[in-house]
Amino acid sequence: MNEMTPTKSERAAALKGLGTSRKRVEDSRFTQGKGNYIDDIKMPGMVFGDFVRSPYAHARVKSINAEKALELPGVIAVLTAADLEPLSLHWMPTLAGDKQMVLADGKVLFQGQEVAFVVAEDRYIAADAIDLVEVDYEELPVLVDPMKAELDDAPILREDIADQKAGAHGARRHPNHIFTWEQGEKEATEAVLSGADVVAEETVYYHRTHPCPLETCGCVASMDKVNGKLTLYGTFQAPHVVRTVASLLSGIAEHNIRVVSPDIGGGFGNKVGVYPGYVCSIVASIVTGVPVKWVEDRMDNLMATAFARDYWMTGKIAATKEGKITGLWCHTVADHGAFDACADPTKFPAGFMNICTGSYDIPTAYLAVDGIYTNKAPGGVAYRCSFRVTEAAYFIERMIEVLAIKLDMDAGELRKINFIKKDQFPYNSALGWEFDSGDYHTAWDKAMKAVDYDGLRKEQAERVQAFKNGETRKMMGIGLCHFTEIVGAGPMKNCDILGMGMFDSCEIRIHPTGSAIARLGTISQGQGHATTFAQILASEIGISADDITIEEGDTDTAPYGLGTYGSRSTPVAGAATAMAGRKIRAKAQMIAAYLLEVHDNDIEWDVDRFVVKGAEERFKTMKEVAYASYNQEIPGVEPGLEAVSYYDPPNMTYPFGAYVCVMDIDIDTGEHEIRKFYALDDCGTRINPMIIEGQVHGGLTEALAIAMGQEIAYDEMGTHKTATLMDFFIPTAWETPHYETDFTETPSPHHPIGAKGVGESPNVGGVPAFSNAVNDAFRAFGVNHTHTDMPHDHWRIWKTARDLGMHD
Amino acid sequence: MSKMHIKMTVNGKSVETLAEPRELLIHVLRERLDITGPHIGCETSHCGACTVDMNGKSVKSCTVFAAQANGADVTTIEGLGTPDNLHVLQEMFKEHHGLQCGFCTPGMITRAHRFLQENPNPTEEEVRFGMAGNLCRCTGYQNIVKAIMAAASEMNAAREAAQ
Ligand code: FES
Ligand code: FES
Repeated sequence: MNEMTPTKSERAAALKGLGTSRKRVEDSRFTQGKGNYIDDIKMPGMVFGDFVRSPYAHARVKSINAEKALELPGVIAVLTAADLEPLSLHWMPTLAGDKQMVLADGKVLFQGQEVAFVVAEDRYIAADAIDLVEVDYEELPVLVDPMKAELDDAPILREDIADQKAGAHGARRHPNHIFTWEQGEKEATEAVLSGADVVAEETVYYHRTHPCPLETCGCVASMDKVNGKLTLYGTFQAPHVVRTVASLLSGIAEHNIRVVSPDIGGGFGNKVGVYPGYVCSIVASIVTGVPVKWVEDRMDNLMATAFARDYWMTGKIAATKEGKITGLWCHTVADHGAFDACADPTKFPAGFMNICTGSYDIPTAYLAVDGIYTNKAPGGVAYRCSFRVTEAAYFIERMIEVLAIKLDMDAGELRKINFIKKDQFPYNSALGWEFDSGDYHTAWDKAMKAVDYDGLRKEQAERVQAFKNGETRKMMGIGLCHFTEIVGAGPMKNCDILGMGMFDSCEIRIHPTGSAIARLGTISQGQGHATTFAQILASEIGISADDITIEEGDTDTAPYGLGTYGSRSTPVAGAATAMAGRKIRAKAQMIAAYLLEVHDNDIEWDVDRFVVKGAEERFKTMKEVAYASYNQEIPGVEPGLEAVSYYDPPNMTYPFGAYVCVMDIDIDTGEHEIRKFYALDDCGTRINPMIIEGQVHGGLTEALAIAMGQEIAYDEMGTHKTATLMDFFIPTAWETPHYETDFTETPSPHHPIGAKGVGESPNVGGVPAFSNAVNDAFRAFGVNHTHTDMPHDHWRIWKTARDLGMHD
Repeated sequence: MSKMHIKMTVNGKSVETLAEPRELLIHVLRERLDITGPHIGCETSHCGACTVDMNGKSVKSCTVFAAQANGADVTTIEGLGTPDNLHVLQEMFKEHHGLQCGFCTPGMITRAHRFLQENPNPTEEEVRFGMAGNLCRCTGYQNIVKAIMAAASEMNAAREAAQ
């Protein structure tokens, strides 16, 4: 060995594998304006579709007259439910086992509902034509409040299924009732509650909001009648599922459909569902014979596609006098809007809401969720979270605070007493999950030390005193949160979407010169898959990440996968990538042994090469092996170096974290100022720290938005009040605080590289941290004050202060 | 609807096109001139994804009629750097992970480019305020601010070296 020979650690560093803050390969095109998003796609002869939408929340559609619209030059077609009915496409199945109107079939059930699809030569003409379509409506009574859905005088919304006594998730007790989902032990929990030293009760509303990615949803459908092939470009978080659904709906054989997700301008759950725009674009392309583009405008997006949350959660939490939690009871009313279009695994109509025991060792628990129809947009998607995990985390992290008040204990101390201990993992929760791993006490202590928790509490006490002395009008809140996520859906034994098991996949081809391409069933919407999956693979196969292309999103080339949402890409597709890499290495080992003229067992893997045991100067690099696999006859081994892996995860992964938010609020203006936000995340093995931190910053900012102002609001007529970015709060750089990030690393024991996923943790943990800070600021005032609902906008904060007599 | 003849300089090249008087600049750039760097996030002047530089000012091109841009000098993200010679901001956004999905990025960088000419030595607070017309849903801004601060010091250093 001479000085020029790279050392083992130099060779490892050259791979840019696991643990490196590798710069993103996606960025060159995005920073130069060369991304290729859906609205950038142009095809010869392409025309534009747009919707006539309902101005009413509930009305009968008596007639639709498109004559005048069709007379407008440049208008090609106007589709209504009557046109779709012969194809059985006027309704479509939802991902939640319900069905949804594609175009209004006799009535409309929410404001903004799709009534007719106008196809025109450009978007301006389409907009003009929309105004010319005459729809005759007869208004019906509106149901906005889910608590009133089963009253005697409640209007019946879904007349199509009014008589059905059972739906996809069991018995229905009322035409406006969708399902009741029960988990845990009801009687046992009630017994614990009635015998407990202390029971704290609260109703916690997690308001309706919306993922609102900066790019709205859209597609381009192109039916090639000559070859009988349909190509569908679109903002799809799950392209393969879209292909299967498109095939089932349209009757076009699946091999004749190609679905492509181009660059996606953020998803956050908004782009998981199948929307009427996709179906209408496909039909319009079949009818007109030319490609049809449909892209939502912002108002369409906020009004019609994929809201999130809207959970009314009533809780009771029981504890001993010393603060040991003995039981948890939760009843949730889930407002699903007009159609149950949740995007949850089939067997989980309320997602993973049963993770609501949080990070705590709670021996007995019971959860019931009632799904309800109202005259609002359909959905219930996971907005940057894994299937209702944000709701669950918010619920338990509020309940802990409420219990702390009741016990007159410090909320941090109460958490510590109740954390699941390190030696209890794998831990079986009372609501049925097996938590794979965790070390909550270590994370918590690190967080408390980092923020000088005791010092903060002291300062807060001084502030309260100063307020009482008339020296300040600013109160200080300390928002704590310790969350546990459940991501990486999921094992095929209990997770599927429309019957498709929630595995994921990776296919790798090593080229003769030692570079590679890997294709996956997922699709990045900003997470940087092209960067991080190459890192996973680099560490597995010893080829530099810079020499590996990652390709996703084209169903003609990628292996079948369930897509990207619910922080599942790293836990599932990342695992598939590692496993496919290991298959490559297993074959490469046979080739290397042959080349080195030794037995398979006499060589071992060393970063980027196979070395002869005890004689490391004798080796073959992966690059050399790759070349040999294509140019040399190797007895008993097929030529080439390729592998594919379909990974069915044995369990979910359970990332966790400890967050602290310190906030000042002005009781006279209701304004807030975030002084500090500390976020410690444990996402297991860290693939790319730079990207992890970026994900945390972004998720926290979405949490900030939700907690402090963002909501989808309706008035009593069902009129949408927040359909523009003027009304729907998105924080600017000015309103967004600086975040401090930190970590501990507890690898997942069942994941091939120990990674757990991180994209959604900051949203799951951030919302309770912000909300707890606001509520905590008022803890010293008013014995009965335990909770105020989000969003904590200036008005609501001001009002809380007023209601507590702080303005007197 | 009858069309009008519009002449502009876009990224240093003079271009001509026909457009209806009601057409927005963003639509003319994207649909008629195939300049798809600037994006559409709202069409109501809230998000800044459509930001371009017009006669030395940042404008939201969804709030400008193409007719108003007649005769104007317009710069989009495509005009800021070339693949072989990236603008410092383009480099710093990559260096400091100032983007994720990339949808806001062209508008962000175009705005930052103008902002740093208005204020070549900004504090972090000034960057946050000066960039408040551009929304990002992915990054939480922290690394965008970092990238812009880094670009400012690089540009200042280059300027000093040139003097
Ligand atoms: S598209 Fe112009 S500001 Fe949003
Ligand atoms: S990077 Fe996605 S909106 Fe900014």
